[in-house]
Amino acid sequence: MFMRKRNVLPLVVLRTGSLGVTTAADQGRHEKYGLGRPATEAEIQPWNIDISPTGKGLPRGRGTVPQGASIFAAKCSMCHGPTGTEGPRDRLVGGQGTLATDNPMKTIGSYWPYATTLFDYIYRAMPYSTPQSLTPDEVYALVAWLLFRNGVIPEDAVMDAKSLPAVQMPNRKGFVPDPRPDASKPQRSR
Amino acid sequence: MNHRQAQKEKQGVVREHSDEMSPSSGRMQPGVNRRTFLTGTAALIGAATTPAWVSRVQADPVSVPEDPTKVPGTPPSAYGQRSAFELSQRLPGFATSLTPFQSLHGSITPNALHFERHHNGVPNINPSKHRLLVHGLVERPLIFTMEDLRRFPSVSRLLFIECSGNTAAEWKAPAGRTVQETHGLMSTCEWTGVLLATLLREVGVKPDARWVLAEGSDAAAMTRSLPLTEVTDQALLCYAQNGEALRPEQGYPLRLVIPGWEGNTCIKWLRRLKLGAVPFMTREETSHYTDLMPDGTARQFTFVMEAKSVITSPSGGQQIRPGFVEIRGLAWSGRGRVTKVELSTDGGRSWQEGHLQEPVLPQCHTRFRFPWHWGREEAILQSRCTDETGYVQPTRAALVAARGTNSIYHYNGIQSWKVSREGQITNVHA
Repeated sequence: MFMRKRNVLPLVVLRTGSLGVTTAADQGRHEKYGLGRPATEAEIQPWNIDISPTGKGLPRGRGTVPQGASIFAAKCSMCHGPTGTEGPRDRLVGGQGTLATDNPMKTIGSYWPYATTLFDYIYRAMPYSTPQSLTPDEVYALVAWLLFRNGVIPEDAVMDAKSLPAVQMPNRKGFVPDPRPDASKPQRSR
Repeated sequence: MNHRQAQKEKQGVVREHSDEMSPSSGRMQPGVNRRTFLTGTAALIGAATTPAWVSRVQADPVSVPEDPTKVPGTPPSAYGQRSAFELSQRLPGFATSLTPFQSLHGSITPNALHFERHHNGVPNINPSKHRLLVHGLVERPLIFTMEDLRRFPSVSRLLFIECSGNTAAEWKAPAGRTVQETHGLMSTCEWTGVLLATLLREVGVKPDARWVLAEGSDAAAMTRSLPLTEVTDQALLCYAQNGEALRPEQGYPLRLVIPGWEGNTCIKWLRRLKLGAVPFMTREETSHYTDLMPDGTARQFTFVMEAKSVITSPSGGQQIRPGFVEIRGLAWSGRGRVTKVELSTDGGRSWQEGHLQEPVLPQCHTRFRFPWHWGREEAILQSRCTDETGYVQPTRAALVAARGTNSIYHYNGIQSWKVSREGQITNVHA
């Protein structure tokens, strides 16, 4: 990449202890400006909502499949349909075995590689009209119901910070790195 | 139509509107009246919109003086507007709006016509209350105000942004009628902001940090994980586009721009950067922006937008007249500079090199032009670009052979516009 090449000069300059010759674009990479202020744990915590596939970040709480069924009916079914298959928005249930067909159905059960992502996404972005309105217990319950409907966990399973990261998703091994360029190989004739 | 305009028609004097498809000068030919002229121009803008456009103008003509040299003009204004005669618009849908490239003339996308893609609406943010938190595997977690960010060394770059779903409907069939519908999810702007490298130096990156999570403060709290070594020296945290503050729909007051990478990595309304050792596996990078292959596997972290080009004029829905027609378009590559654009008027059987408009910049739209004389014959117009890595834009057939038709994202196949004997342009797969 072109910018990496341009980095060579300023790095050398830095080592010699002079910052006199840098391009405008390179200014700021080798100096500190003392801007910004330290963030306290109390400030970080409310925004630190991402959930790792290891389960790190999952809040306390628990939820069951029956609890999830009633929350889904009340808060989710208007967009995803009564059983998570009818729409009008994203289909959430079913589709296993369809990914290699002409009509692939990408759902939680057929496509999503991590169960923890389900918690992360529902907690941060759902319901669409009232995002970030659900409690951790409600999210655990919805996750339980959705995983049960997809045949991933049994009906009596309880989802919490310990059980959720242990859930093995059917398509966990379905993802590969980017191999491009693929449709056209670079030609070095010019 | 009022009396003055009727008078003007008789005189054949029409100055209100520039003829964007007129050969060379743009001046009206003697004897061309306003009605003919408007109809012709509207036909060039798009067959699908012609009736509404023409009737709107004819029913509600913009009031202009008969001779603008004989009356004082309007006084200066606080914030400019385009001429009331200019009517090109974005095409809004559920979560996107498309840029009307058939009506644009340069490599820069006007801010008001820049495409939109958002995941739960445009948030309304007070910049004096907006904060950026940088934390995770850093020595010193810091919080920045917008004022802090604007005090850092300020970098400007002309860069394209292309949604990974741009042209996605073309995998299966010639779906878009116009270039706005086929290629409207892209732009080029001058983006101004702070280098990510500058901020990371301020917080101090811990040795085991490999990825950074970027999060927006929209109602989707949109998130993507980005590999640190690839973005640190390139990514810009931008507060301005084309010289003024970001538009709200472009991430006001702060967005990421990753040169050459799919648009969804350029997180808008940016509020948080968290450094980690592994990707965060958000919904967007697992279940959403991944590319499904025919064998049922899906490619993940397909960041770069590969070399691509499209003829914007003449393009779908427009109509050409016999004689000189300049073929114009845009070419770009996420891997660097465009080095060549070739044009075909016979569906790819023969190719000739087009003229690249300077400046040719890396990860930026480059205009190309090609002089053509049309003599009422059927034709299929195509453009094919090559970038500085030697990568040549593939045909649709080559793309489908490599990836099938269910991957949705990263379609960069050669676009074909068919010219009928009547001069009408339609989208075809050739």
